[in-house]
Amino acid sequence: MIAVQAPSTEDAMQTSQPLVKVRDLRKHFPVRRGLIIERQIGSVKAVDGITFDIAKGETLGLVGESGCGKTTAGRTILGLYPATSGQALIDGIDVHHSNREAIKMLRRKAQMIFQDPYASLNPRWTVAGIIGEPLRVHNILPDPQARAERVKELMLRVGLSPQLINRFPHEFSGGQRQRIGVARALASNPSFIVCDEPISALDVSIQAQVVNLLEDLQDEFGLTYLFIAHDLSMVRHICDRVAVMYLGVIVELAERDELYEHPLHPYTQALLSAVPIPDPKKDRSRQRIILAGDVPSPLNPPPGCRFHPRCPIAMDQCSRIQPEWREVAPGHWVACHAV
Amino acid sequence: MQGAPGIEVSPFVEPAPAATYSEWRLIWRSFRQDKLALIGLAIILVFILGAAFAPLLTPYPEQGRGDPNILEKFKPPSAAHPLGTDYLGRDVLARVLYGGRSSLSMGFLVVVIAVLIGVPLGAIAGYLGGWVDEIIMRATDVFMAFPSLLLALAIASALGAGFTNTMIAIAVTWWPWYTRLVRSQTLSLRERFFVEAARSIGLPGHKIVLTHVLPNVMTPVWVQATLDLGSAILISAALNFVGLGVQPPAADWGNMVSQGRLYFIDRPWFAGAAGAAIFLTVLAFNFIGDALRDAADPYLRRT
Repeated sequence: MIAVQAPSTEDAMQTSQPLVKVRDLRKHFPVRRGLIIERQIGSVKAVDGITFDIAKGETLGLVGESGCGKTTAGRTILGLYPATSGQALIDGIDVHHSNREAIKMLRRKAQMIFQDPYASLNPRWTVAGIIGEPLRVHNILPDPQARAERVKELMLRVGLSPQLINRFPHEFSGGQRQRIGVARALASNPSFIVCDEPISALDVSIQAQVVNLLEDLQDEFGLTYLFIAHDLSMVRHICDRVAVMYLGVIVELAERDELYEHPLHPYTQALLSAVPIPDPKKDRSRQRIILAGDVPSPLNPPPGCRFHPRCPIAMDQCSRIQPEWREVAPGHWVACHAV
Repeated sequence: MQGAPGIEVSPFVEPAPAATYSEWRLIWRSFRQDKLALIGLAIILVFILGAAFAPLLTPYPEQGRGDPNILEKFKPPSAAHPLGTDYLGRDVLARVLYGGRSSLSMGFLVVVIAVLIGVPLGAIAGYLGGWVDEIIMRATDVFMAFPSLLLALAIASALGAGFTNTMIAIAVTWWPWYTRLVRSQTLSLRERFFVEAARSIGLPGHKIVLTHVLPNVMTPVWVQATLDLGSAILISAALNFVGLGVQPPAADWGNMVSQGRLYFIDRPWFAGAAGAAIFLTVLAFNFIGDALRDAADPYLRRT
């Protein structure tokens, strides 16, 4: 199952030395039934074969509606969930098939920023303990004094007063907590950070601050981001390339401007047509694509193209043949029979 | 990176750090406003100090330990014997103070043992899940299927009478409650993002349980343990009543009630004194436990 992509595809996808390589990654959650003798009666295909690269210093946006598998994708890429099949490489380390040593290294190099800044910090730990945790776990700074100094530096860098080092998470606002989460992710000097909807739980006024902080940090430390979100305008602001996910698969992947201006997949078009335009006249005159029905269950995804039951331009073959993932323009990938 | 130009400090940062309160400080601040709880605390302190300093508090320490004094038997309360004397002429106050040593320490030890067994098992079951969880929880089901007094009675009679055996018997029936409590708390904590964050940082599983899970499940455990102290004392008194537990002539509130029951109609003071001691401690632990439960709950907490 590993590297099912044709070699030509592999070559074409290579930009300048990708830091993260994901190849046909799948994550299925088994659904079991039965009290004593459990039988597997099916599986939720949360991520069902995604392939992409992220170049060093790049921000790849991963968008899609709730339940499409973006969060599962992020966690499986970091190895927080074991993969069902496929491969994820971060800086050459195979996330799912490496020895303990390599995984330990990986846990330093790759970090995660979580969606909910209220739940992602241990309520009983002070900021010093929370931000210092990676330093302690990886024995980067065993000396408590040196660790406190480093934590203060990090706090300053993310815009928190170092005086607050002995405070508890509940004494901070949502935005400040997310800064603590960012500082924790930065502590071990990672090269890759998965940002799992880092701003969705924040007020709009705070969102911009956190996004700007993430951008500044990227410039300063050469970070690579996988930015998972559902806010399309924020994604357009921060990301270099954008991948659109639907029901466990990526349907389109392109440079940011290319994707927003020339969306090829009907699902991407529908998504983008839902983004409000801050100009009532334009907004009224444009064509809204309203999709019929709901997202099908990932327990039993439709055959062929997963989008065909809701697709406004579905053809006969869409229900039978899964569309090929191909590059229709340089750097613009799409999986659709109609393109 | 420190001192780099252009560092912006968030305008939302409060400038001067005010005093910060730990959770236990907050719990205490609420707890001390509960009058019943303070009364309970006072009662418990009186009994504990009385038991600890029994030899200094009574002029009859040897009677407290069990020496008979037949000539003085069945004396009603008087200045010399504030609570009277029992059927062997022993000073009842001395017996109650010495009996408290057995009853209180058995209650405490039972709860301590139950917590020490139950909490780690619950955390392991909840965190690991799968077949480990299955085995541990089915074991708790087996223990909980029996009425705890009957089970303790059966185990204590199998092991033989005595302080240690009775304590073990009660603790064995008690730990599953802590396992259940901790497991359910752990199950919800396991899915919390900060536990996941620790995993993504690379913290090994046993350290996640020790540093992230256990500290967050202990508050309800302490509350439960306080409430259970009363029940543990009650059960130990029951076992002592039927003759398990400490053996005469040593005193225990349970066996004092048992010895006094024959004379209760005419001479109620010595069974009554031991009974009152049991009643007051159990009541006091319940007051404390209730107040602690309310104080530990941020929504019920008084400020």
